[in-house]
Amino acid sequence: MVSTYHYLFLGAALFTIGIIGVLTRRNILVILMSIELMMNAVNINLIAFSDHFHHATGQIFAIFVITVAAAEAAVGLGIVIAMFKNKETMNINEIDIMKW
Amino acid sequence: MLELILFYIFGAITIVSAILVITQKNVVHSAVFLASTLLSVAGLFLTLHAEFLAGVQVIVYVGGILVLFVFVIMLISLERSVTERQFNRQWLIALIAAAALITEFGYGIYRGRDSFLIPPADAQATADTLTGNTQIVGTALFTNFLLPFEIASILLLVAIVGAVVLSKRKTQVD
Repeated sequence: MVSTYHYLFLGAALFTIGIIGVLTRRNILVILMSIELMMNAVNINLIAFSDHFHHATGQIFAIFVITVAAAEAAVGLGIVIAMFKNKETMNINEIDIMKW
Repeated sequence: MLELILFYIFGAITIVSAILVITQKNVVHSAVFLASTLLSVAGLFLTLHAEFLAGVQVIVYVGGILVLFVFVIMLISLERSVTERQFNRQWLIALIAAAALITEFGYGIYRGRDSFLIPPADAQATADTLTGNTQIVGTALFTNFLLPFEIASILLLVAIVGAVVLSKRKTQVD
């Protein structure tokens, strides 16, 4: 019998993989992909609770999370392109203009 | 039983391809494994009786966001970044922090496991209201959640304008 519990563990594992990707990788595109992984983990949790309580609100919030993910990907990739035009790199360690 | 088998199949594909997304050297391979992760998450949505969300996941994520990623990968030359070192110097600290996080998550979910095994008291009364999934979601979206829906549309408009402004060629100022 599969329960909400299983889905919450899966969501936690996926979120942690996304965290590891954001913290360890140096390629900015992989970091953006890891953020998408984390948003998917949140969506799994929301929909698991929507199924658990038999209530549609979780699914509505998942739709909003997907909307925010689409907006974030569009703006983030726009920033990546603008940055690549200026510095010819995708390595975040070389993009340190605002580092003190 | 079928639900359990499907959960483990889709869950295993999700976790394995998510790990491959963050460990591949080539960004194109990462994008391909991201597609596999997103599709199996859509499968998980199907096992959770969220058919509309599964469709939205495939159309918006795989058909929209991922294609955007692949376009950007195509625009940006890859030759140099493949030969570079892929991981930060602080990767060990990051792994320890992530291990602490998953331990916390796991402990929290494990402590509350009893409340997930039994459905809530009023679940049976509303059990049959989630059958027409798309209709339920649409009705809720356009009645109770109309204001957030409109705010989301404004957010998308701002994102479109912002993406165009950020990525357009800089005009010469004389």
